[in-house]
Order: sequence, then C-alpha cells, then structure tokens
Amino acid sequence: MVYPYIPHTDEDRRRMLEAIGVSSIEELYSSLTEDLLLSDSVPISHGRTEDEVLRMITAIAQRNSTGIPFLGCGCYDHLVPSTVQTLASLPSFVTAYTPYQAEMSQGLLQVIYEFQSMICEITGMDISNASLYDGANAAAEAATIMISHKRKSSAVLVSSTIHPFTLQVLNTWALGTGHEIRLIPERQGVTDLKKLDDLLQEEVAGLIVQTPNRYGLLEDFSGIADTLHAKGCLLAISSDLLSLAMQKSPAEWGADIAVGDTQALGLPLAFGGPSCGYMAVSTALMRKIPGRIVGATVDKQGRRGYTLTLQAREQHIKREKASSNVCSNQALAALMTTIHLSSLGWGGMVEAAKQSYVKAHYLAYHLAQLPGMTLVWDVPFWCEFPLVFSDAKKMRKFLQELRNEGIFAGVRLSGLTRQVKDELVLLVAVTEKRSREELELYLAAARRVMK
Amino acid sequence: MSEPLLIDKSKKGRKAYCFPALDLPRGFEQALPDIPASMLRVKAARLPEVAELDVVRHFTKLSTQSFGVDNGCYPLGSCTMKYNPKLGELIAQLPAFTTIHPLQDLSTAQGSLSIMYNLLEDLSSITGMSWGSLQPCAGAHGEYTGLKMIRAYFMKKGETKRTKVLVPISAHGTNPASAAMNGFDVVTIASDREGLVDMDDLASKLDDSVAALMLTNPNTLGLFEKNILKISSMVHASGGLLYYDGANLNAIMGMATPGDMGFDVLHLNLHKTFSTPHGGGGPGSGPVMVNDILRPFLPKPDIELTDGGYAYSWDRPDSIGKVSMFWGNFLVLLRAYVYVLRMGSEGIRAASSHAVLNANYLKSRLEKHFDIPYGTKVMHEFVISCESLKKEYGITAQDIAKGLIDEGYHPPTMYFPSLVPEALMLEPTESESIETLDAFADTLIAILERAKEDPLYLKGAPYTTPVGRLDEVKAVKEPDLRY
Repeated sequence: MVYPYIPHTDEDRRRMLEAIGVSSIEELYSSLTEDLLLSDSVPISHGRTEDEVLRMITAIAQRNSTGIPFLGCGCYDHLVPSTVQTLASLPSFVTAYTPYQAEMSQGLLQVIYEFQSMICEITGMDISNASLYDGANAAAEAATIMISHKRKSSAVLVSSTIHPFTLQVLNTWALGTGHEIRLIPERQGVTDLKKLDDLLQEEVAGLIVQTPNRYGLLEDFSGIADTLHAKGCLLAISSDLLSLAMQKSPAEWGADIAVGDTQALGLPLAFGGPSCGYMAVSTALMRKIPGRIVGATVDKQGRRGYTLTLQAREQHIKREKASSNVCSNQALAALMTTIHLSSLGWGGMVEAAKQSYVKAHYLAYHLAQLPGMTLVWDVPFWCEFPLVFSDAKKMRKFLQELRNEGIFAGVRLSGLTRQVKDELVLLVAVTEKRSREELELYLAAARRVMK
Repeated sequence: MSEPLLIDKSKKGRKAYCFPALDLPRGFEQALPDIPASMLRVKAARLPEVAELDVVRHFTKLSTQSFGVDNGCYPLGSCTMKYNPKLGELIAQLPAFTTIHPLQDLSTAQGSLSIMYNLLEDLSSITGMSWGSLQPCAGAHGEYTGLKMIRAYFMKKGETKRTKVLVPISAHGTNPASAAMNGFDVVTIASDREGLVDMDDLASKLDDSVAALMLTNPNTLGLFEKNILKISSMVHASGGLLYYDGANLNAIMGMATPGDMGFDVLHLNLHKTFSTPHGGGGPGSGPVMVNDILRPFLPKPDIELTDGGYAYSWDRPDSIGKVSMFWGNFLVLLRAYVYVLRMGSEGIRAASSHAVLNANYLKSRLEKHFDIPYGTKVMHEFVISCESLKKEYGITAQDIAKGLIDEGYHPPTMYFPSLVPEALMLEPTESESIETLDAFADTLIAILERAKEDPLYLKGAPYTTPVGRLDEVKAVKEPDLRY
C-alpha cells in the first residue's frame, strides 16, 4: 500500500539505503534486540482511504445528538463570529510549533502579545502569560505560586463554591506533595467569608475563590484582599472571562492572581476541549508566573519585534527548579479568543454579557413560578442559576421530557460532585445565543411537566 | 513590513460583529433585580474597535509572518514536525463534534465517547500497555499525571521513602520539572561515551529511595537505549518503576513497544507522533498509558463499554483524581484517531521506519561536512555539534540556524541536548521526500561554506524576515508584555 503521508517511492528507498550503506530499513533497527522487535504488526485495523475514514467517522458522529443547550458548568454556547474559525484555520498558524525562532514567527508572537494584552485589560491585572491548559489547571498553577511565595507555607484555602472539577484538579495537585487543600465552607450558596479569619493559619499561603461560582452565583469579595495580604497570603480569583464585562474584575477586588477559562470567548463546546486557561498576575509575581510569555523588544536596526521572554522561569532552562513544567499550552485556542475579542470589542463583550444576564433572568423568573422547583438563594447571578427540585423523580422526568423535545435543560450538580446533597440541584445556563423562541420552548415544556 | 497592533487601528464606533437585538417582552429589563453596585465593574477594558475586514486583514497578515509545516521543511528535533493531514482538520470541524457539551447526558454523546474509547484501545495496542487516560492536555501534563500515579502507587504500598526520580542528563527539561512538581527529588544520571545511560552511574544510584527512572527511548541524541531490558530489570529489582517519555515514539511505532521494554507508565504526544497540528504551541494532547500495576491509579473518570453503551466510571478509589477540567482536548483526540484509522497497523510502522530512514539519509548527506559526535546509525533524529566551527571560524549553532531561515527552512532545535556543545538537533520526520532532504542538505552545506569564507555575513542573518535578531536582554530587563 502507498501512504500519501509518506512520499517515498521504491527507487527513493533504494537510493537512500545505498547512501546510508545498509541493505534494508530493518538494518537501521539493529540496536533493538530480537526480543524487542515485533514479529507481527500491532493489533489495530488496516489502513483506510480518506473516503472510508470519512464515512466511518460520519457514522460514529450520528451517535452524538445535539439539542438546544442550556448547559454550562464551565463550558458555554455563546455566539461566535465567523472570523474566528476561518482565520484560526490559516495553515501557517495551525501547523507551526512554539515560536522559538522569533524572526520567522513574528505573526504568531504578536498574536500572543495581543492576547496577553487583552487578558490584562479584561482582568485588570499587570502581566498575563500565553495561556495554560484550562481554568482548573490555571487554578492549580495559582496554588503553586502561592506556596512558593510564602515561606514555610503548605496549605491553600479554597472556597467550597469553586467548580467541583477545579476542586478535584486541585486535590490531585496536592496529592503526595505534602501540600494541602483546605476548604472554606459555604453559606447561602456563596463562600462563608466570616470563617476566613479563623482559617488563616500560619501555614496558609493563600485563597482561591471563584465568581460566578459553581452555582452560577456572583460572590462579594469586599475586604478579603486586605485580610489576606496582612497575613502574607495571596488572593486568586477564578472567573469566566466573559463575566468580567459585567462584574468587578479580579484587580478591582484586589486579587494577586486572576485565572479561568476563555472558552466563552470564541471556543466551541467540543465535548469540553480544547479550552484555554488564562492566568494574569500583579507585577510582583512576574518571576513566578508559569508558562510562555511574549515580550516586545527591538532588533539591531531598532525595529520593534516580539520574542519569548523571561525564560529563566521555564523548564527548558531551569529543569527541576522551574516555576512549572508547562511547555505546550493552548496557543491556537488563545488565537481564537484573540480573534473573537478583536471582533467583538469591549462593546460586544458587554453586550454578550448583558444579554446573557437578561435572558437567564427571564427564564429563571418564569421557572420560579412553577410548582416543584425553586431558586433557593437570594444571591445575584449572571447567566447560570441553580434550580432546586422538590423531588428526584420529578427532576428526572423533567430532564427526560425536555430532552425528548430537543432541549438540554441543565446540568445535574450531583453528576459533578457525586454528592447526595446536590441531587436535586439543576444548573441552568442561558447565553445571548438562546433566542426568545428557544426560551419560550423551554418554558412551555417546563410548564407541561411541572403542572 | 511589520503589522501594527490592532488596538492602534481602533476607531470609536466601528464594529466587526453585531448581536441580534434583545427580543424579550417590553419592560422585562426594568424588572431585573439589581446587582449591588459594589459588585459591578467600573473600568472598561481597551479592546480594538474595528471593522470585520480589519480583523481579517490583521490576522491574515500575521499568519504570513508565521511558519508551519505547510510552509516548508521543519526539522525541529524532538518535536516531530510531520505533516498534519487535512482530513483531520475537516473532521474536527464537523458540528456533530464541535457542538457537543461535555456535560450533556452521555446517551447523547455516544459518538464522542466511542472515539475516545477506541482511540484508547488502539493506543494501548501501539504502546503495549493495558489502558490509559486521555485527560492530559500536553506532553508535560502527561508526565505530571504519570508521576502523580507513581507517587500514589508508592503511598498505597506504604513506601513513602521513595522520594527520588532519576533522570538522564539528556532528558527533556520537562522531565525533571514534572518530577519536582510532584515533590520528588531529581537525581541526574550521566551518559556514557556512546551517549547512552551510564550503567555504572545508574547502578550506583538505584536503591530503595528511588521511585522511578524516566527515560526517553530513543533518547534525545536519536540513539536507542540498547540496554533497556537490563535497565528495566535493574530498576524493577530495586523496587522502582520505569517511566517512558513518548516524545520520541515516532522512531519505533509498530516496530517495538515500550510495554515490551518493561516500562510501567508513559505519555504520548499526539501532536507529535500522531500527526495532530501543533497550533503554534498547542493545544496538544498527552495521554498517559499504564500497565496493570498502575491501572487503578489512572485519573478518573475511566471510560467503560457497558451493556448500555459507553459510560464514565467514577467509582475508582485509588485514582489520583482529575487532571483536567473535563475529558481532555477532544478535538485533538479526534484528529489522532483519524490518523490511526487512516494509517492502520502497517501505516504506523511505515511512518516510523521512514522517519528513521530519512534521519539516517540526512545524516549520511551531512556527516562529511559536520561533526556528529554520537551514533553511527541513528533512529529518527541526530545531533550536530558546531563546536569546532565556533573555535575555528567563530560560527555558532545559532548562526547556522539563522542562516537557514533566509533559505526558507525552519531551523533545527538549538542548544539541546546540553551534552553536545553548540548542538543542532535534526528530526526530518517521514513526511519529507528525498528531494527536500537533498535540497536541505545542500543548503546547509552551502551556508557552512559561505560562512567559512565570510563569517560576518552569517552573523547578520536572517536578512529576509520582518525583523533581525532581537535584543533578548532588553526584553528581559525592560519587560514590555502588553499594550
């Protein structure tokens, strides 16, 4: 069989083997002992043509079904301008490696510089890196910064209202390292910040909180930055980047570290990945922030150019003393967010955030009128809210019947936390993309089921 | 010509995108509850205000100042810059995959789950391991995950004194960094005269304080660690585990497996070996694969095939937990699966054997002109040393690299591994034809010859790019990291 991704003809192979001075390709594997060389081909299927693969994948794809998504929990269905996918598909972006050779990678480097700038503008922070894997991993990197920032510290405080998966990634981060994740309890759906003083022990390095939190609720962090700083601790705030068009920015709360996902700004749902994590910090933490950073400088003729910089923090220079092991990040996803933000501008971002807010409240207001479901807490939310059912059977029926009508009605919180206490909680997310018609469809179905 | 920042083209009132008008009943907005002013944002962010065509021209221009595999030969050692099939790009844009929410009912996501499950099966076969996890988003993330599992394994066994991870001097920088992130002490293993693991040094450092040895095989000099079976039995005899850095798997796919070599856990770089694009530095994907010993420690959830279809299994008490927000970089996994389907068992073997053929051919074309200190026969890559050129003519590895840029090539990896002074590490991959390799070799030799005559010329390279060599010191001393 001829493989189109391998250009060699028989004649090429013959000439190449001759030049090398061996009689077969197998001879090049002579440093592998007999018992290592496979006698059979590996047990996977034979190769297929493009058309065969396309047909096969299309058949598999039919086993996915889409509905009108009112699903969130860290991944949202927002409107995306057509510029995003088309420009992010340009092959010189897609097929490039990390821009190690600055002179031939100015375009890519400038994209990252613009991304960093926008992240700083939106979070209000001083310095952004070139992206991290996702918001959960960005929170784990924030924990690492905290521990290294405060001498002899070993614990990081985390709010119980943080996304359940972020909490799980943080617990994995701590496993076996001697570090500890300690939870601040919640009260009425938000972090019980009254407990903060008591929990700020000597060994605590900082606090990680999230807004909108795991229920979609907005948290009030007034005063906590000062409390933390007085004890030498750092504050990290995790946010959906789009929510910052409306709520206070991490910098305005006095945070030292801002983390989260940029998914709401230009990235598809895509079964949850690739997303794009962001991290921005105050200037004081410039040497501690992990990952790639692009900076502007000049060449010998004084022309402005961009290059990877502050690399003394990184693994390829510092090895085990690096601030993180991160090498590849989510560059192409960061490009998509950059194109998205370039297309929307601040006005568009505010519009998307505001419409999401209004539409979510419209749906919530009408659902709250129905029997058997309540909005329990009187706390402001943005585009996602917790609907609490009076019984589990009814909730299952609700989800099933709406799914039958092509509506994905929400995410069951217990599916993420695996906790009995969350079994009756449904998280409903509404973005600007949901039309009036879709909202009314949801309401009509809900009225039918819950009557 | 340089491209201005888009923010500098901004003009108040210009728009590149319009949202549909809000069509809720009149007055509903007024009825909204108030968010306390203390929780609302005050300061607007400065983002570009431009027209759609401005956005299109800006990013199109920037793409012309970027260089990918589609633009030309990219022999960047240890990065496996092979061709990224267009079929993968096409399939990764199918709405049936891009519009699936990670938390929608799994009965409605069976297609995506089936791709992940079947990819895991194929990757298990290719690596000779039992099973794995697709959650890690990059190679280094896979290393982190694998080492975390090793940590959990020894905690479970009560062997908490195993605090060291051994890493050869030639290893990728991520190896020691990943070990340190998991709280291990890193101990460096020397290389012998051939460039392989120094067996005496290894023996002297193996004891009951060692948790694992991390190994890339073939190593970063492009040499197969021929003592691997002896190494693995030594490590296992001392009670430690063996970690395989899959960055160089492209040399041996379908020819041999890390499982047969005795490795307990490994990560793959789907964005290298399995042809998914690098995207200018990600998103990649770094699945971890394990043998039976470590399987209980895999991240959760696991994917299972049950009577009711594919399902996630969360009830895994020894699992290290989650390492990603959701299930991994799905669209990257999808592309890798397309690649595996396309190539099949014979195809992946052909990919590796031709990668090795290409590396040896390129080496044969260059060895009369350049010093290649390690290896007579190599695997998928090899390392040139420019040390003698530097002594004789003052030409560095960087000078040669910059000269290549002017000729339309992406340079090899520079100054790595540190074992080789003035290193240039070349990995042509199987994608390149004999004509491309010949042209590349001729160019490299011509650059060398010209540099010997006129070293100053090469010092000024590159000449054809929008900027010349940049002032890195200024970039660090006067950080300009945002507009």
